[in-house]
Amino acid sequence: MVLKLEHVTKRFGDFTAVNDLSIAIPDKEMFGFLGANGAGKTTTFRMILGLLDSSDGRITWDGKPINYSTSHLVGYLPEERGLYPKLKVGEQIVYLARLRGMPKSEAVSELKYWLEKFKVPEYENKKVEELSKGNQQKIQFIAAVIHKPKLLILDEPFSGLDPVNVELLKEAVLSLKEKGTTIVFSSHQMHHVEEMCEHLCIMHKGAPVVHGSLKEIKRAFGKKNLVIHADFPLGFLGNYPGVVKAKSTTEGIHLQIDAEYVAEKILKEIVNKGFIRKFDLEEPSLNDIFIEKVGDSYE
Amino acid sequence: MIFLSRKWAIPMNKFWIILSHTYLNKLKTKSFIITTLLTVVITLGLTNMSNIIEVFDKGGDKEKVAVLDETGQLYAPLKEQMSALNKNLSLKEFDGTEKEAEKAVEEGEYTGFVQLRYDEEQLPEATYKAMSVADSNIFTDLQAGLQQLKTMLAASKISLTPEQLQQLYEPVTFDKVALEENAKTEEELNQARGLVYVLLFVIYFAVIMYASMIAMEVATEKSSRVMEILISSVSPIKQMFAKILGIGLLSLTQLAVLLSVGYFSIKRNLSSLEGGFFDAFGFGNVSISTIAYAVIFFILGYFLYATLAAFLGSLVSRIEDVQQMITPMTLLVVAGFMIAMFGLGQPDSPFIVITSYIPFFTPMIMFLRVGMLNIPIWESVLGISILAGTIVILAVFGARVYRGGVLMYGKSNSFKDIKKALQLTKKE
Repeated sequence: MVLKLEHVTKRFGDFTAVNDLSIAIPDKEMFGFLGANGAGKTTTFRMILGLLDSSDGRITWDGKPINYSTSHLVGYLPEERGLYPKLKVGEQIVYLARLRGMPKSEAVSELKYWLEKFKVPEYENKKVEELSKGNQQKIQFIAAVIHKPKLLILDEPFSGLDPVNVELLKEAVLSLKEKGTTIVFSSHQMHHVEEMCEHLCIMHKGAPVVHGSLKEIKRAFGKKNLVIHADFPLGFLGNYPGVVKAKSTTEGIHLQIDAEYVAEKILKEIVNKGFIRKFDLEEPSLNDIFIEKVGDSYE
Repeated sequence: MIFLSRKWAIPMNKFWIILSHTYLNKLKTKSFIITTLLTVVITLGLTNMSNIIEVFDKGGDKEKVAVLDETGQLYAPLKEQMSALNKNLSLKEFDGTEKEAEKAVEEGEYTGFVQLRYDEEQLPEATYKAMSVADSNIFTDLQAGLQQLKTMLAASKISLTPEQLQQLYEPVTFDKVALEENAKTEEELNQARGLVYVLLFVIYFAVIMYASMIAMEVATEKSSRVMEILISSVSPIKQMFAKILGIGLLSLTQLAVLLSVGYFSIKRNLSSLEGGFFDAFGFGNVSISTIAYAVIFFILGYFLYATLAAFLGSLVSRIEDVQQMITPMTLLVVAGFMIAMFGLGQPDSPFIVITSYIPFFTPMIMFLRVGMLNIPIWESVLGISILAGTIVILAVFGARVYRGGVLMYGKSNSFKDIKKALQLTKKE
């Protein structure tokens, strides 16, 4: 049940939207796509879903292409949210579920379950245009998962939601993952991916910059972050050998160092200079890696 | 595969789900119910036209015209003539001067007054005076009445016998005979013209209304962005045709309501109205083949324009742009209708023959020809074949544009987008 992308390229005329993308997404995993707008995430998803044909390369799921004969196994939350504004929530979710091959009666009971879960059972008979944007997103999410897909593709699932609803949705996504759904999602917010995915891919201008498991990516990156809070000036550490970047803060300094042993040497250096209130060696954040690889910050 | 054995792999064809969803949803909309009711009312109105006219006539006042007879002899015969010519015109002899008569007209007592006198040759001569001479009917009727009166008087002067007088009045025998075999007689042609005219209207309105309904529907799904979920579930081509058929079913529903209301209403009125309005419009003996052709051309015309509308609708991103996008298509329909209107008078002109083979005009113009003339069967078959072929080509081409078009979101909505949409569906 591996979702495999092999040397996938998509060109629109002269413009290359996705360039030689090869990844394998294991069964029952949560896979994150990171990248700025225009990095090629949505185009990749559309190719996975078979909405666009790739110019080169091939995409298979369990050895077969994804097409309309497998559409009942696939769930999709598009980046551009949209539902029929004039239809009632119940009517359209059931309609969309039936188009995914679910019988009506089952769709009705499944819809009740999800509306309860999102604490909005009263929405069933409301028109979508009457709901707030955040609540429309919940309905949209239900539309993507109601038919119990094996493969769920979520394009920017958390954008435009308030923190409470982000948590609610995250919880729902994680529970689906526990039930064995393979989930692919994109985000340009690093911490969502960092928090939820074992595997990820950072895309930049259509090409994968980094991909693999989160732990490996961090290990391979090598560099670590060091946070020091002390009562004496620490500015001199900026020029210390092995320090890549330094940023002074009101309480001390944030350093990026290229190996763990540098931290050890710094500690020996400053331990006699005065009182150290904090000395913290951290794993690099995904944001650090993103900045390093892509060249400019996105958050 | 484990999951293909899930108990609900493919329970109901998705094509039918979309078709019935489209049909039932549109059927429930207020606009559909209102237009249907409105057309029913109009149909009832048209089919009961003579009853309605009668009701109004009974209620309405008769036009009163005063007659100032200076001769003292002409009033009685004129009144007799006029009562045969126009029942709604009542003449009254006026005793008084011209000034008094003018005053009576100004006060609204009479619509107008006629001054009758003799000329030098002792023949009647008259002047009609009224507040306004806009209502020419009264004047024309009076003139006709006076003319008859004059002829009668003149004839009696040269002392013609009643038989001679009869000969003088008898209209000339003048018949039209078409030499072409199977050609319709003049009477048949007039009847066919009425029916064809009405059915042309139905085709014209239905094509414009339902084609733009489809374009709207597609554009709504696209602009509300629900399209992307839809096309990840069901292929755009399947969706397009399910939608076209769903709306087509809707149009047939409306047509069926309309035809049955019209049919029963006419049938109810027919016995009392023989020789009147309906005979003139050819409803008395409706030809089955004309109706059958009307249904065929209605359906084909609908498919042609619906396919066109669906792919045009798939190119716009905002609902506001739909009208602009389908305007060229609407103009084609209007052009077809105009040509057909011209063709009602000259159904066998070469121009009509040629245009009847142009697929965008065939539904109306070929129908006009089969309805009005007895054209060889191969001609209508040829026209229908060209039309059907065009529909197939348009459907294949339209489906490709639709597939790319629904994924395109941008500001522009020109015909360049057709090329862009086609490019999207290509591999390169």
